[in-house]
Amino acid sequence: MDSATLKKSMTVSEMALMVIFGCLAFLCLFIAGKSDEPGYAFHAGLSAIASAAAVFFLFNRYFDRPAASPPLEINGKPNYNMAPVKFATIAALFWGVAGMTAGLWLALELAFPGLNFDQSWLNFGRLRPLHTSAVIFAFGGNVLIGTSFYVVQRTCRARLAGQLAPWFVVIGYQFFIVIAATGYLLGITQSKEYAEPEWYADLWLTVVWVAYLLVFLATIWRRKEPHIFVANWFYLAFIVTIAVLHLGNNIAVPVSLFSGKSYIVWAGVQDAMFQWWYGHNAVGFFLTAGFLAIMYYFIPKRADRPIYSYRLSIIHFWALIFIYIWAGPHHLHYTALPDWAQTLGMTFSIMLWMPSWGGMINGMMTLSGAWDKLRTDPVLRMLVVSVAFYGMATFEGPLMSVKAVNALSHYTDWTIGHVHSGALGWVAFVSFGAIYCLVPWLWNKRELYSLKLVNWHFWISTIGIVLYITAMWVSGILQGLMWRSYTALGYLEYSFIETVAAMHPFYVIRALGGGLFLAGTLIMVFNVWMTIRMREDLATADDAGTRPVLQPAE
Amino acid sequence: MAYLDKHEVDPATGKTTTGHQWDGIQELNTPLPRWWLWMFYACIAWSFGYWIVYPAWPLISGYTSGVLGYSARGNLAEDIKVANAARRKQSEGLENASLESIVGDVRLRGMALAQGKAAFGDNCAPCHGSGGGGGRGFPNLLDDDWLWGGKLADIHTTISHGIRAPTDDGTRVSQMPAFGRDNLLKPDEIRSVANYVRTLANLAPEPKADLAKGKTVFADNCASCHGNEGRGNPELGAPNLTDAIWLYGSDVGSIVTTVTNARNGVMPAWAGRLDPALIKALTVYVHSLGAGK
Repeated sequence: MDSATLKKSMTVSEMALMVIFGCLAFLCLFIAGKSDEPGYAFHAGLSAIASAAAVFFLFNRYFDRPAASPPLEINGKPNYNMAPVKFATIAALFWGVAGMTAGLWLALELAFPGLNFDQSWLNFGRLRPLHTSAVIFAFGGNVLIGTSFYVVQRTCRARLAGQLAPWFVVIGYQFFIVIAATGYLLGITQSKEYAEPEWYADLWLTVVWVAYLLVFLATIWRRKEPHIFVANWFYLAFIVTIAVLHLGNNIAVPVSLFSGKSYIVWAGVQDAMFQWWYGHNAVGFFLTAGFLAIMYYFIPKRADRPIYSYRLSIIHFWALIFIYIWAGPHHLHYTALPDWAQTLGMTFSIMLWMPSWGGMINGMMTLSGAWDKLRTDPVLRMLVVSVAFYGMATFEGPLMSVKAVNALSHYTDWTIGHVHSGALGWVAFVSFGAIYCLVPWLWNKRELYSLKLVNWHFWISTIGIVLYITAMWVSGILQGLMWRSYTALGYLEYSFIETVAAMHPFYVIRALGGGLFLAGTLIMVFNVWMTIRMREDLATADDAGTRPVLQPAE
Repeated sequence: MAYLDKHEVDPATGKTTTGHQWDGIQELNTPLPRWWLWMFYACIAWSFGYWIVYPAWPLISGYTSGVLGYSARGNLAEDIKVANAARRKQSEGLENASLESIVGDVRLRGMALAQGKAAFGDNCAPCHGSGGGGGRGFPNLLDDDWLWGGKLADIHTTISHGIRAPTDDGTRVSQMPAFGRDNLLKPDEIRSVANYVRTLANLAPEPKADLAKGKTVFADNCASCHGNEGRGNPELGAPNLTDAIWLYGSDVGSIVTTVTNARNGVMPAWAGRLDPALIKALTVYVHSLGAGK
């Protein structure tokens, strides 16, 4: 039917969403008026405004849109929906800079504590979850949502499922981040590491995440390929498991509808076990499985090479999924957690070593026959170095889970160094590589504005990572050794405050490394901005993803 | 690179493909690397071995306890027992010896200083500094100026019961009045007495200061605790005002604030938190830091 002759009518989902958001706006306004907690009332007010804005935009969209819903295919080719991907990509850059800036400030506060200026909201305790959530969930999460929506469409040859749902996912996710971040600064927290947001933010995230899962599954459902691509297994494992972890670790009873405070149903050591089952698998499924999915699409794409081993991808996928979920107790060595649980946490961490390295092998060896491209393509270099850091961090992790090693490393800066070799070296670098690939594809440009700037980004950030992690290795091992050092008479050789003083030079080096890393990210933001603004567009959007990339220099 | 047909051989590696293709991406049919597989098996085998030796798997009630009979708590208790026994032997007599006899005995003194230094770092250093140098509002323990007395017994009492410690009935108490806040003195009187107090320590007063008035105010309000000459009184924790040591600053502004609001610093009581022998050791250590009396 010709769209011009079609009578425009509101879809069921448009109507339903408007009614739901309308009711939500009134409910939030009511809560904001009744609550006597200023922070919670502020969040309720913010939610009321956001809900009202959602109704407004839904109306606006309805009046602006054509009568017919967008076709799934045009001339036999899939009509991809890339606008939500663009949105998530830009959001990732924004939150990345925000989260890394917060991290740099924290590093400086540790070296020079006066930098909190005696402001409660600048206090280390409030800024720290802001940093971790902003880089993991806001930056990393947007990269994952954006790339998953891109990859699932391209590798299924199908348009993203739903018309409003993908937008609900990306915008709803940003709203969760805003609530979480402002909550931290206001002091609203349930004090669970990496799961600090309170019950109402958790509920909202649950709704958004279920929508994400449904969009992803429905897109796979309408695929034109007989098999599901390996990246999509990893994305699906990530989405499903994060949902389970989030629900398990956040089962809390709110004090009342008019209070932001809640109490977790788990008690004592069970709560600790749940927390680290969640915490470790947030690393395993958010920061590993999700980003391995990125690796499995972007490295073969950028290198223009087949994936090294299909069999390895199957075996390491299932081994990783099965073994990771047991490894959490290694965060609770030598605590009230029963010995048997500590043993299982440690042994499963050891068994996890090779499944993790399976991913590294598949990423690295995909370059067989194309190693020369590392010389000429800094984007590919970034992707491959990220896999190298992944390999290093997934060796260091099992090593640190061994109880004898953990007795030295636990509670020291070594842990911070380990986390950042994974977070900066692996997660951020593979994300940067993916963004550098995505931006020209999404905005129909032949290449990035400047590969030279990518090269600068690569080297500045790599030096930053090396400074960061070596400073933390030295500082952490020094700290651990000072803590356990006894005098000949059997008394502790160093007081705690002396160990703190000994950390100072390394904290300064760490801040320098973090500063370099942030500088690299700012270079990327500039490069992306200039790429999007470049005049020259490709004639058709569709060959964007399949066109050959750089040729090696002769 | 041109797209390969199904199961075609990849020219760069000589491997066949699996025949699938997604958005131009293919997969090679490479077998699992042998070294990888054997390392994986080795890790699994090692884990099985560990499970036999150590506590590992939960059962309906209890868990597999492992052939070594290991338990982290048992290990810790054993370690603490051994360490305590060694220390007890070395510090034998510390608990019952008098403070003076500890200082007089080379072995006991050495033990007390070693123990006291460790305890000082973890309990006292946060306020008094890791070297005992103090800071604004926190007395320097390296000098010979002692607010509540610098004899061994004085220091022992201060550590045990604290200063204005709300949790200890035997704590050291004295309360300088907030002369300004409670309207006991007028602002100009406070300024005058602040300037007068500076002259006691040979510091220059402000040019227009009314020192005569300051002297009268001092005699009427301050001398009862700080003494007619301002030399202080350790019985009351009243500082000596004639020396160069100023806990809250010697500039006119700081002294005016002190007189206006009073300071009345607080130190916690450590009796009950630290065991008696350790408090003795701390006493000897603190006494040794500066010019203990």
